[in-house]
Parts: sequence; C-alpha cells; structure tokens
Amino acid sequence: MNRNPVSESRFARAALITIALLFLALFILLPLFAVFSEALKEGFDDFAEAVSTPDALAAIRLTLIVAAISVPLNMVFGVAASWAITKFDFRGKGFLITLIDLPFSVSPVVSGLIFVLLFGANGYLGPWLAEHDVRIIFAVPGIVLATVFITFPFVARELIPLMMEQGKEDEEAAISLGASGWQTFWHVTLPNIRWALLYGVLLCNARAMGEFGAVSVVSGHIRGITNTMPLHVEILYNEYDFVGAFAVASLLAGLALVTLVIKTVLEWRFNLHHAGARH
Amino acid sequence: MNFHKLIAAGLALAMVPALAACSGGNDAEAGTVITNVSYDPTRELYQAINPAFAADWKAKTGETVSFRMSHGGSGKQSRSVIDGLDADVVTLALAYDIDVIAERTKRLPAQWQAALPDNSSPYTSTIVFLVRKGNPKGIRDWADLLKPGIQVVTPNPKTSGGARWNFLAAWAYGKKAGGSDAAAEQYVRQLYAQVPVLDSGARGSTTTFAERGIGDVLIAWENEAFLAVNELGEGKFDIVVPSISVLAEPPVAVVTENAKKHGTEAVVQAYLEYLYTPEAQTAIARNYYRPRNPEVAAQFKDQFPELELVTIDSAFGGWTAAQKRFFDDGGVFDRISARK
Repeated sequence: MNRNPVSESRFARAALITIALLFLALFILLPLFAVFSEALKEGFDDFAEAVSTPDALAAIRLTLIVAAISVPLNMVFGVAASWAITKFDFRGKGFLITLIDLPFSVSPVVSGLIFVLLFGANGYLGPWLAEHDVRIIFAVPGIVLATVFITFPFVARELIPLMMEQGKEDEEAAISLGASGWQTFWHVTLPNIRWALLYGVLLCNARAMGEFGAVSVVSGHIRGITNTMPLHVEILYNEYDFVGAFAVASLLAGLALVTLVIKTVLEWRFNLHHAGARH
Repeated sequence: MNFHKLIAAGLALAMVPALAACSGGNDAEAGTVITNVSYDPTRELYQAINPAFAADWKAKTGETVSFRMSHGGSGKQSRSVIDGLDADVVTLALAYDIDVIAERTKRLPAQWQAALPDNSSPYTSTIVFLVRKGNPKGIRDWADLLKPGIQVVTPNPKTSGGARWNFLAAWAYGKKAGGSDAAAEQYVRQLYAQVPVLDSGARGSTTTFAERGIGDVLIAWENEAFLAVNELGEGKFDIVVPSISVLAEPPVAVVTENAKKHGTEAVVQAYLEYLYTPEAQTAIARNYYRPRNPEVAAQFKDQFPELELVTIDSAFGGWTAAQKRFFDDGGVFDRISARK
C-alpha cells in the first residue's frame, strides 16, 4: 500500500482538469465574452461613439487620474510598511498588521462613509473645510482618498509574507559590508521582492480602477466631474443605454486584461534575462 | 540593474495621464457654472432644458452659463446635499426631501416652497400601471392587482421616493373603495403580499419588470412608464391608467446659501423661473411629465388621460405627516410587511 499521492489515476486527473476548465469557462470566460459581445452588438461605430461621449471621456480620465495617484502612493506606503514590519522588531507589530488588513475587512460602503463622517458638511472637519473653501468630499480629492484607503493593503499584503520568509540576513550582510541603508534597500531588498511588488501593484491598480462602493458614496455623481468608469457604467445601465454601459464596461475589462498581459510579458522577459544570473 | 529602470519607467508612465488631465481641463465648462442636484429620471429632461436656458440667458444678458448635473435616488441626493454636495439648485422627487435639507442645514428657508408658483413644482406626474403587451391578465384598475396569481412590481418605500407615491396611490384607492383607513390598510397589505421583489429604487423596479421579465404589472411614475414603452422596444408594454391615483408634484428650489456663496443667485433664480415658460413646459411634456401651463397642457391632452387625483396635502396632511405615519420605523408599512 504504497500509493504516491501525486500520481492519481489517469481518470481522476482528467476529471479534475475538465471540472476546472468548465468552471473557468462558465464563470470567467462566458461573462467576459458576454460583456464584449453586448458592447459590440450594434456594431463598432456605436461602441466607439459610446466611449467617446464627453461624459465617458471624463470618466475614463478621472479613473486614470485616480489610479495614477493612488497606485504610486500605495506602492511607497506598502513597501515602507512591510519593510518596517519585517526588518525591525517593535511593540505593537501585530496590531499594525491588523490595521493594514482593515480596509480588506471593512465593507467598501463603510469605507466611503468614514470619509463622509470626516469631511462631510456635518463631519468633524467639514465646517473648517467649508470656511476655507476646500472641497474634499463630492470632489476628486475625496475619490482619491477613498481609493487609497481601499487599495492600501494590496502591496503590503503581498510583500509581508515574502519578506518575513526571506528574513533579514541579506540586509545584515550588506550593512556589515559597509552599505548605507538606502544602498541596502535599492540593491538588496528591492531585487528580492520585485515579483511580489509587481504583483501587488497590479492588483492594487486593478482595484483602484474598478472600485465602486466607496467611490459611489463620496462621489456625488456629478456628470463629467466626479464620475469614475464603474459609476458611469451603472448610470448608463440605469438609463437603458445598454450598449453604452457594456461599451464602457468592456473598456474597463480591457484595461484589466492589458494589466495582465503586461505582467506576463514582464515576468517572461525577466526570467529570460536572469536565468542563470540569479540563484 | 534593469529592475530599477523598470520602476522608474513605471512611475513616469503613471504620471502621464495625471499631467494630461491637469493640462486638459474641461472644455464643457465656461462662464457661470450651475450645479443642479436632481433625481433619477430627469436626465433627458434637463438635457433638453439646460442648453435652451443657456441660449436664452446669453441672449438676455450676454453671460455664458454651463451646468453640472448630478442624478440619483431622491432621498440619497438629499442626503448628499446635507453632507455638503455643493448644489445651487435641487430638483427632487418630493417636497419632503427638500424639507429635510432646509431643516438640517438651514441653507434654504423653511418656506422654500412658496418661492415659486404652483408649490414650486413646475410639472406634475402621477402613478400608473405598466403591463405586458395586450394586457394578457386583464388589468384595468387597482382591484385587479389583487387577483390570485398576479405579481406586482414596485420598489421599497423605505428607500425609494417613487415607491412612496405608489404606496400612497394604492392607499387612496383602498380608502375610496372600502371607505375607511382599515379597509385601505387591508388593501395595501394584500397588495404588498403580491410583490415578489422590492427593489431599492424606481429604476431598479423598471429594470426588474422590463429587462428581467418578472411580474405582470409594474406600478410606476407615468414618465417612467412612457420611457419604458418608448425606450425598451415599442410594442412590448402597454400603459394602464387606473381610476384614481395621486398627484405627484416634484419640486424645485434654490439652495440660497450655496448660490450666495457662488454668486449665482440671479442666474439660478432665472433658471428655475424658466422652467415655467412655454418653451420649457413643452420640453417637459415631451419628456412625459404633465405640464402646468394650460396652453401647453391642452396641446398634449391626448398623451395624458384625465383621472381622479388626490393630493398629498389634502389626503394625507402633507409629506411630513405622511412620512411619519406610513414610512418611518414602526409606521404602517412596517406593520403590513411584518405580517406576511
């Protein structure tokens, strides 16, 4: 009775693969296909027209701005937080890790309401902001804040387990050889974590562009000003403009696909470059 | 190390859309900007009226105006204005939602509804039925909705302004048919027992009925019903006008303090007054709302059949009282939906 656990019978293997593929096709490929086919139902001209209306262009621009601000910020925050957590010993570390997870566990609607509570007209800072004519909520800064909050854990959560596993021997060696803190980070830590970092950034970006709940609460839905792409999709759908809604949705899905392709290409190139060069 | 270049390149790439956005600006906005916070179904209406007003104002004063529109559920929009959404004017589904803004923020006077003619409601609407083409279930009036097996689609009055109108219309029928409040309550209890899905908003219910094909009859705003008939494929639905319904008066108001702050008082006042002109009233009728102007109403009288309409003030003592009695926690709606 000496069965090897990795050598299942041929039948079981085939069955498992079929089930996995069927599941993928049914729950991922089919909906994706439906989005694109619905978008192009009335022909490419209608699609092009739907994504080039001023409101759609404004939504696309806003989504890109929000991602362009929140993703680099969270990349820096995430690296700093994971560096601090994994390379240093201090009291309250566990609490800090829990705090980083908070945006994951809180419902996005609540995340949005937090900002209404802070910056709304009746919020803690609202009266002061109104006096100085600073607009946070129902304007672009509020949307960026909510997105940064929601996407904060992605980079840190990818890095912390990896950096914990890697330990701090490499860094200690570098420092004992006379490297400065910055040199250590740039030449030792960063190369070690690059794949996890890249993966975290891509996930962070996907969520930053796709976030609906929290952004919906703080946006105010002013057309052409504070509507991001997901909000614009909902509005078009509610206005019976199904082609328009699916056109913008397919654009959003397209952005996600592009992100995945970039990730794959980068992985492939780097593996080619560094095969043999690294352990 | 290539990886460092990659990170630098990535960050640089991320800056491109941000910079492009900063230099791009928004071409659509010029001159005075008016922010109009409205409810869901008025998008097409204000798309027609805004450019007409802008042209009219330009001709009269030489000033350029442009608009920012925000649409959403009436109650949610009201909440956003209370939380600081910078509206110059609010154009909502029911007076109660503007009363709340006045009461909570004091940014407009408590007597705001006296500022413009006709209770500050430049148009009216009512609640009608939308049924499948040819009316296969033979629905003619409110009594038919209780027939066994009829599924009724209406949104949740707790969250939807339109749903509250629906509820009160049903109540008005129940009271007229049965002669008492007890009979009315019995009627709405039976009615809501036939509702398979309570969506959170009027548009959600229309989608449930029209797109998902659920239910035999949709209780809806008259303008929503027309829109569904004309937008979602002609020949799929019929409108049935019941014997009695409510007179819905969606109001408009200047949020005076905000307008003062933006220096837009004169132009927003003119904007709301413009809604009463024959041109705007015609646009209103074309978008399936019942116009106030008698000449315009006469032109469109075939579109809007006459029926007995009760008003919220006369039948229910105003919105504040109706809200408290029917829809607040522990009110009539909670009572009838608890006993299922």
